Amino acid sequence: MTYRQDFDVHPPLDYEGYKSTALRHPKQPLIALPHAFTEITGPLLGEGRLGRLDHDLTRQHDAEPLGQRIIVHGRVLDSDGRPVPQTLLEIWQANASGRYQHVVDNWPAPLDPNFTGLGRTLTDSDGRYRFTTIKPGAYPWKNHYNAWRPAHIHFSLFGRAFTQRLVTQMYFPDDPLFPYDPIFNSVPDEKARQRMISRFDLESTQPDWALAFEFDIVLRGREATPFESEVDDE
Amino acid sequence: MTTPSQTVGPYLAIGLTWADGAFVAPAGTPGGFWIRGRLTDGNGDAVPDGLIETWQADPSGRFDHPDDPRGAAAPSIDGFRGFGRSATDADGEWGVYTFKPGRVPGVDGDLQAPHIDVSVFARGMLQRVVTRIYFADEPSNESDAVLASVPSAARATLLAQPSDDGYRFDIRLQGDGETAFFAL
Repeated sequence: MTYRQDFDVHPPLDYEGYKSTALRHPKQPLIALPHAFTEITGPLLGEGRLGRLDHDLTRQHDAEPLGQRIIVHGRVLDSDGRPVPQTLLEIWQANASGRYQHVVDNWPAPLDPNFTGLGRTLTDSDGRYRFTTIKPGAYPWKNHYNAWRPAHIHFSLFGRAFTQRLVTQMYFPDDPLFPYDPIFNSVPDEKARQRMISRFDLESTQPDWALAFEFDIVLRGREATPFESEVDDE
Repeated sequence: MTTPSQTVGPYLAIGLTWADGAFVAPAGTPGGFWIRGRLTDGNGDAVPDGLIETWQADPSGRFDHPDDPRGAAAPSIDGFRGFGRSATDADGEWGVYTFKPGRVPGVDGDLQAPHIDVSVFARGMLQRVVTRIYFADEPSNESDAVLASVPSAARATLLAQPSDDGYRFDIRLQGDGETAFFAL
């Protein structure tokens, strides 16, 4: 068994528009790593990693955070369309004014004492997940003159194999900052970029309470090409 | 079509650090050791906003995972997780507390030398990069097919060197002594 590569989808390691890549990408060609036992397995991290309110970022403090409550939900699938069950999702994000709860983030937007911006959950047996949180704000960064990041939520996923590990960002529909953001536009293919944008989901909104956005995440699929000689010949 | 990768950004410590992240095996388990290293960029400067993740077999060369073609095996050490996660500090230093993995079969059924798969994430990296830790004092390195596929000039970058409390494995993202990285 191996996991299918998806060369056309991911951004290059060296991308001129995103300046910080310049000194942080290998210049030597990458060497092909065959998918053997270490690569087709991976950490299966379960309930033990979850705190009671990790899935609801609006209830982790004494009072409610400021901002617009949203439900973010979707499915984790592999590229063969199979759900990825019981896999850990980790998210982190800025608050409603676009500021992170982090010592290095010091742009003059208010911090919210009732919002940390950290969430975790597991997918269910059908690959479904769900968070309640606050819609993050856009924020400026120093990449170029008048640079602003579109609102986004960072997602981290393990899948079930080392090869399926993915860190990505979820964006919101119709953000006017998309054309100007080098991180979003580092993904070369338009259709692939669309896969990072969540969908407004009226059906899942909660009346008088929260908006809802649906975001499906697709990890690498499996190819059933068996090892040349399965296991060793003991 | 898969979902594209994006950078972890500078604030990954909010979402990707755990109090027990560094412990591939429980703290203080006898026989364990530290693998420590420094993550540096093309200027040789520390990367203070990086994250190292490791994945490995247990000392008997097994994984507690159903997709191991030999079947899932309970770890030979209580509480062994196989997985380590360490953010880099202001000096780019990281570390995981672990055990030397046993030998596991490669794609041709040959036994590989003990190795640990490594993912490197950081602000400024749109995708993780992947490398492998081998152990400099391990005789089976001589016959390892993956090591043999690495250009000889770069092979030494994959060898963790014995140190005071375990091994040292520096990772250079670019330039002189650039670590050998793999395509998965």
